[in-house]
Amino acid sequence: MAFLELKNVSKGFGGQRVLADINLSIEEGEFVAIVGYSGQGKSTLINLVAGLIQADRGEVTLEGKAVTGPGPDRGLVFQNYSLLPWLTVQENIALAVDEVFADWPTEKRLAHIDKYIAMVKLSHAKDRLPKQLSGGMRQRVAVARTLAINPRILLLDEPLGALDALTRANLQDEIANIWQSERKTVVLITNSVDEALLLADRIIPLTIGPGATLGQPVAVHLDRPRDRKALNHDPEFKRLRALVTNQLLDFNANRKVSLSKKLTRPDILPEDLDAPRVNRPPRRPGEEKRETILA
Amino acid sequence: MKTFKIDWLVLPLIGVACVLVAWSVSSATWAKELPSPLKTWEASKPYIVEPFAKRGEMDQGILRFTWYSLTLVAQGYAISLLIGTPIGFFLGLSKTFTKIFDPIIQILRPVSPLAWLPLGLVLFMSAGKEAGTYGALFTIAICSMWPTVLNTAVGVRAVPQDYLNVGKVLKLSRWKTLTKILVPATLPYMFTGFRLSLGIAWLVIVAAEMLTGRPGVGGFLWQEYNSLIYEHIILSIITIGVIGFILDRLMSLVEARFKAIS
Repeated sequence: MAFLELKNVSKGFGGQRVLADINLSIEEGEFVAIVGYSGQGKSTLINLVAGLIQADRGEVTLEGKAVTGPGPDRGLVFQNYSLLPWLTVQENIALAVDEVFADWPTEKRLAHIDKYIAMVKLSHAKDRLPKQLSGGMRQRVAVARTLAINPRILLLDEPLGALDALTRANLQDEIANIWQSERKTVVLITNSVDEALLLADRIIPLTIGPGATLGQPVAVHLDRPRDRKALNHDPEFKRLRALVTNQLLDFNANRKVSLSKKLTRPDILPEDLDAPRVNRPPRRPGEEKRETILA
Repeated sequence: MKTFKIDWLVLPLIGVACVLVAWSVSSATWAKELPSPLKTWEASKPYIVEPFAKRGEMDQGILRFTWYSLTLVAQGYAISLLIGTPIGFFLGLSKTFTKIFDPIIQILRPVSPLAWLPLGLVLFMSAGKEAGTYGALFTIAICSMWPTVLNTAVGVRAVPQDYLNVGKVLKLSRWKTLTKILVPATLPYMFTGFRLSLGIAWLVIVAAEMLTGRPGVGGFLWQEYNSLIYEHIILSIITIGVIGFILDRLMSLVEARFKAIS
């Protein structure tokens, strides 16, 4: 039996099918990347594994046990960092460590926290609040927080999506290094084929919804550590990139045909700004989701 | 530096001067009974230069009266926060709770303190001598509670789902989710409510003191009206305004601190 297994998993929201018949099995210690277009259910897929949402049909199992809810055995690194803004770097990680290792003595916990802050090279910033950090630093805190609770599997939900290209490259290398030393099972969600090729053992494209499912997996047998400069000229890298990119492009080509067949009116409800705030769903700018395809 | 002084000192003083002129002209022309600014100052002087003097039950320095009023407000305000904040949390967390109690809240909210006070006196009639105090506290608490209730509820509903997901992934207990995530995330909203509530509590105290005849700024105002010493009405009004302004500034400072964090 595989380490993490999804069997015929389907999920919909409000009558709209998002994911259909997802079958996936991941071995222990494997680094799997799931690549797909924006808004086609990548985050839904990872939230299913994390247990934050439940599948309509099918089953998610980790080490043979069914996933019925969220838990610290599956470390989720959120797309938008999700650091608590009123806690410092150290306190944010301490919240997680104190909860998961509640039976440890205080000194051991503090040392444990320091170790992970050092691992993401933020020892100089441990007493800063999240708003005093750059986007890249925040995401490193989020990674450290997740690694510190020592999860069985690491779930990365587009962890680098909101970062600029240079920071992104740096953090990709850091994730690769951490994976080399910790050898955790990792599921990475991304929209960048290059990122997936740089980090993963196996790349699985996600088709286009409604009812998105997984495409043909592509095994990546590039030697580690992978050097991004050398990779650019590696014929195997080019071949794999073409393989994944073409799959993604074909999904989109199919969608264009199907879309031209059935055009429906936009389902948009005007928002009544005069209605009292109490009854309106509250919004914060930080909740907006922005993604771009970097194929 | 120069523009700073003009903006923050000279311009507001021009406003004060305008009011003083309008006041003097009024008292000299159409409102003969209105004391002029100068007469008001002379009659108020003993109350201002000896702000803590106690010459009799209803003849005390203005700050002493203010102190009585503030202690009563503090008590009523504390009650309203202690009751209002949990209600706000329940409203924010539970849709059912909102559906049950929101209509009642919306109906009780606009009721004037002058309407609540008699009910308060009736409620605590058995307390005898203390009925006035309890009635006043009841009125302050129930009138000033609503901004805290509603702002807390809005704040709880506005807590980003991401923060709650952090708690879920860590399997935080309900209590820890409340203290480590919900309350800190809601604090800025709560303090907006607290500030508005304090403003209302201070508004209510005057009405409550006038009707119950307790010593305090409001009680003093009503007594001096009955004694035909109109200068002291103006003194009381200015005192109430200044104290209310200071309270609001202080709460704004606290509020800004919490806003800065999140």
